[in-house]
Amino acid sequence: MRFRSSAIVMTLYLLFMLIPIYWLINMSLKTNAEITGTFTLFPVDITLQNYVTILTDPTWYMGYVNSMIFVTMNVVISLAVALPAAYAFSRYNFMGDKHLFFWLLTNRMAPPAVFALPFFQLYSAMNLIDTHIAVALAHCLFNVPLAVWILEGFMRGVPKEIDETAYIDGYSFPRFFVKIFMPLIASGIGVTAFFVFMFSWVELLLSRTLTITEAKPIAVTMTRTVGAGGTDWGVLAAAGVLTIVPGALVIYFVRNYIAKGFALGRV
Amino acid sequence: MSRITLSRLAHSYLANPASDADYALKEIDHTWQDGGAYALLGASGCGKTTLLNIISGLVRPSRGRVLFDDRDVTDAETAERNIAQVFQFPVVYDTMTVGRNLEFPLRNRGMDPAYIARRVEQVARMIGMEDILHRKARGLTADAKQKISLGRGMVREDVNAILFDEPLTVIDPQMKWELRTQLKSLHREFGHTMIYVTHDQTEALTFADKVVVMHEGRVVQMGTPEDLFETPAHTFVGYFIGSPGMNLLEAEVAGAEARLGGVAIPLDGCYGPVTGRTQIGIRPEYVMLSDEGLPATVLRVEDVGRHRIVRVALQGQPLSVILTEAMAVPADAHVSFAPGKINVYVDDWRVAPMGA
Amino acid sequence: MTGASRRWGPEVDKTQNNRAWFLVLPVLLVVSFSAVIPLMTVVNYAVNDTFGDNEFFWTGLEWFEEMVTSERMHGALGRQILFSGIILAIQIPLGIFIALNMPKKGFWASLCLVLMSLPLLIPFNVVGTIWQVFGRVDIGLLGYTLNAMGIDYNYTNDPIDAWITVVVMDVWHWTSLVALLCYAGLQSIPQAYYQAARIDQATRWSVFRYIELPKMKGVLLIAVLLRFMDSFMIFTEPFVVTGGGPGNATTFLSIELAQMATVQFDLGRAAAFSLMYFLVILLVSWVFFTVMTNLDREENR
Repeated sequence: MRFRSSAIVMTLYLLFMLIPIYWLINMSLKTNAEITGTFTLFPVDITLQNYVTILTDPTWYMGYVNSMIFVTMNVVISLAVALPAAYAFSRYNFMGDKHLFFWLLTNRMAPPAVFALPFFQLYSAMNLIDTHIAVALAHCLFNVPLAVWILEGFMRGVPKEIDETAYIDGYSFPRFFVKIFMPLIASGIGVTAFFVFMFSWVELLLSRTLTITEAKPIAVTMTRTVGAGGTDWGVLAAAGVLTIVPGALVIYFVRNYIAKGFALGRV
Repeated sequence: MSRITLSRLAHSYLANPASDADYALKEIDHTWQDGGAYALLGASGCGKTTLLNIISGLVRPSRGRVLFDDRDVTDAETAERNIAQVFQFPVVYDTMTVGRNLEFPLRNRGMDPAYIARRVEQVARMIGMEDILHRKARGLTADAKQKISLGRGMVREDVNAILFDEPLTVIDPQMKWELRTQLKSLHREFGHTMIYVTHDQTEALTFADKVVVMHEGRVVQMGTPEDLFETPAHTFVGYFIGSPGMNLLEAEVAGAEARLGGVAIPLDGCYGPVTGRTQIGIRPEYVMLSDEGLPATVLRVEDVGRHRIVRVALQGQPLSVILTEAMAVPADAHVSFAPGKINVYVDDWRVAPMGA
Repeated sequence: MTGASRRWGPEVDKTQNNRAWFLVLPVLLVVSFSAVIPLMTVVNYAVNDTFGDNEFFWTGLEWFEEMVTSERMHGALGRQILFSGIILAIQIPLGIFIALNMPKKGFWASLCLVLMSLPLLIPFNVVGTIWQVFGRVDIGLLGYTLNAMGIDYNYTNDPIDAWITVVVMDVWHWTSLVALLCYAGLQSIPQAYYQAARIDQATRWSVFRYIELPKMKGVLLIAVLLRFMDSFMIFTEPFVVTGGGPGNATTFLSIELAQMATVQFDLGRAAAFSLMYFLVILLVSWVFFTVMTNLDREENR
C-alpha cells in the first residue's frame, strides 16, 4: 500500500536528518574533557553547564537577540519589496523585464567574500556600522532576488481571470492584493518567508564584517569559542542547539502555508 | 454501458455523524437506467457532486451500496469501475499532444496499438478535432480542452457511464450551446449512460430525458422535464424550475376548494384532511389576468422582452403572472387560475388529490 | 467554429505595461544599493596593484591573465566542478523523491516539515563542527561505528574518505531545501488532476511523469540553480571539516580564494579571482536559465 512505503521512506530520511542533530545535543550536554577524550553514545557526565554559560552571559544571549532582530527586519523588508516586483514580473511585459529578472538573480551568485570589504566601506561611510539595519539591508543582496524568484513562480500559477474578476467586482489594487491574491499564493509566501529567514539567520561573513558589539549576531559570537586554549566544544554545541530553536518555530508557524494547496477549481 | 443502482446510499463527511443534518447525502434508493441521459439538478452544495463522486469511486459512501448491473462496486477502486468523468475544470495532460491525451486511457490498459489508433481517430472525428491531433494540448482554449476531456472519457468503448460535473462552467456562452448540442447527439448516437450534474435548469432540461432534482442532500423528484414543470413534487422544484418559479400561496385546503384569506378557489379534485403548513402552487404561466375572477392589486409590471411579468398582490400575498405581448393589463385587475394546474403542498411536499 | 480564444490554465497572458516598472522600483533600489555600488569597488581592486600604504597603480588585465593560466586554479576548478556535479546528481532526485513521499496534511505533515528543516537552520560553522567530530574515529559516532564494523575510514588522511564525508555532509545539510521547494510545488496541483488520472486508470509512474513532474518544473529550476550556485561557492563547511585537505584534495574554489586573500594578502589577485569566479557562475546559471525558459516557451507553441 502506498501509505506503507512512504512511511518507511520518511522514517529513514528523518533518522538521517536527526542522528547528527542528536550528536550535537549529545555534545552540548558533555564537558569538554569528555568530548575530546572518549566516544560515548550518551553523556557519562551529563552537565547543563554549557547552557547555563550561554543563558547567563549577556554577550551570548544578546547574540540571539541581535540575530532575531536583524533577521526579522530582513524578512519584512525582503517580502515587502519582493511581492509587488514579483507581481509585476508575473503579470506584465515591460521593457527589459527578462534582463532585469536575470540581473536580479545574478546578485545571488556573487560569493559574499566579494562584497565584504566594499560593504564595510559603504556602511562605514554612512555611519551604519554595528547597527541591525545595516545587516538587514546587506542581507537583502541575496534574499530579495530569491524572494522575487520564488514568489514569481507561484504567482504565475494564478490565472489572470481572478485579477480581472476582482476589478470588475470593484476591488482596488491594494485590497485585491491583500484579500484575494495573497491567500492564493499562501504556500509560496510560506516557503519564501522560511528561506529568507534561514539564509539570513545562518549568514556569517557579512554579519561579522558589519558588526562589532552592539549588533553582533549569534553566529559570530559562536566563533568566540575557538580560542587560544582550544575549542570550547561543549559551549559551541549548546549554542548550536539553541540556534535551531527560532528557525524551528518559524517553520512551525508557516507550515500551514506550505502545506496548503491552491484550490484552482473552487474559484 | 450498464444500469447503475444506488441502494440505501447515504454519505457524511464527518467521522461520527449524529443527526440527519450531518449527512451531506441523505438516504437514496435510485436506479439509473442503462443508456439513459440524466441530469442531476440542484443548487450549489446540495450534494450532487458528492453523489457523482460516489458513483465514480472517488468517494466511498458511509452507508449503502453501489451496483453496476448486478455487480457490487462499492468497494471497488475508481480504476476498476470503468467510468469516465468530465470535471468542471478542464483536465488535460499538458505535456502531451491532443492525440496522446486521447489515447492515454487505452494505453494504460495495454491495448493493441492498431486498435488504439483507430479508436482515437474515431473519437477525434466525433469531437471535431481530427485535424489537430498532433498539436500540444497546452495552448488550446478552454472549450477545446473540455472536448478533449470528453473525448478521453468516450475513447473506451466499454465505459459503464459518463459522468459530467458542471462541465460547461468555464465555457463561453456561445460555445455552451454548441457543446450541449454535441453532447446530446453523442448520446443519441452511442447510447452511453450519461449523468450530467448542473445547477443550471436550462442545461438540465435541454440535455436530459429524465431530471433528478436534489435539495439539501435529498432527491426530491425524478421525472421528465414536463413532470417537473407541471407537477413538481416539492416546493423547491416548483421554485427552481421555470423563470420565474412557481407561485406559492398560503392557504387552507378542505375538500375541493382552497381558502385564501376570505376567498375560495376551486380545486380540481378532492383532498382529504391535511395537517401541517399548507400551500397551493400555480405557475405564473397558468394565471390569467382579466376583469373576471378574484380581485387583485397590480404592484408592478416587468418587461422581459418576449413577455411581461406582472407582480400582483392577492389577499396580501405576492403573485406573479406572465402576460404575452398580445395581452394587456386590465385596469381593474382580477386573477383566475387555469383549472387542473393548481398543486397542493403540505410541509413542502405535494399531496395528490384523493382517488388520483 | 470560433469561440473566444481565452486561455485557461497556468500560463498567464501578460499585458504589455511599462508602468510595471513602478512595482519593481523598490527592489531595484534595494539591490542596487546592496550590489552594484560595492561591486564597482571590487572591479576597482581587480585592475590595480599596490605596494602598500594604500597606493594603487594600474595593472590592467595582468591579474586576470595570471589567474587563467594558474595550475592551482585549474585544479581547484576541476575539483569544484566535480563536487557540484555530484551534489546536484544526488540532491535533486533525492529531494523530489522525499517530496513525493511526504504526508500532505495533518499532524504528521507538520512533524515532517519541522524535523526535516532542522539541518537547514544550523549555521555553517556549526555544521562543519558537527561533522568534524562526528567523523572522528576516536570520539565521533560515525567514525567509531564504521571503525567498529571493520571499515577503514579516516577523513584526515584519505582523500576519498574526505570527499565522501564532505559530500554526505552537504547532502545532509541541503537536501531538505530541494524537498521543501518540490513539496510546495506539489501542493499547488489541483485535486482534479489526480482524480482524472485515477479515472483514466493511470499508473503511479504515469501520474508522476505527466502530472507531477511538469507542474514542478518551476520550483525545480529554482532548486537546481540555488543548489548549483551555493555548492559552487561553498566555503565554511568543508573548510571546518577538512581545511581543504588532505593536501588540497578538498580545496574547492572558495577555499582557494580565501587562502589567496588571507594567506598571501593579495588584494589584486583575489579581486580578479573573485570577479572571474562570479563570471563563471553567471555564465553557467545563464545557460541553465535560458535552456529552461526556452523549453517552457517551446511547449507553449
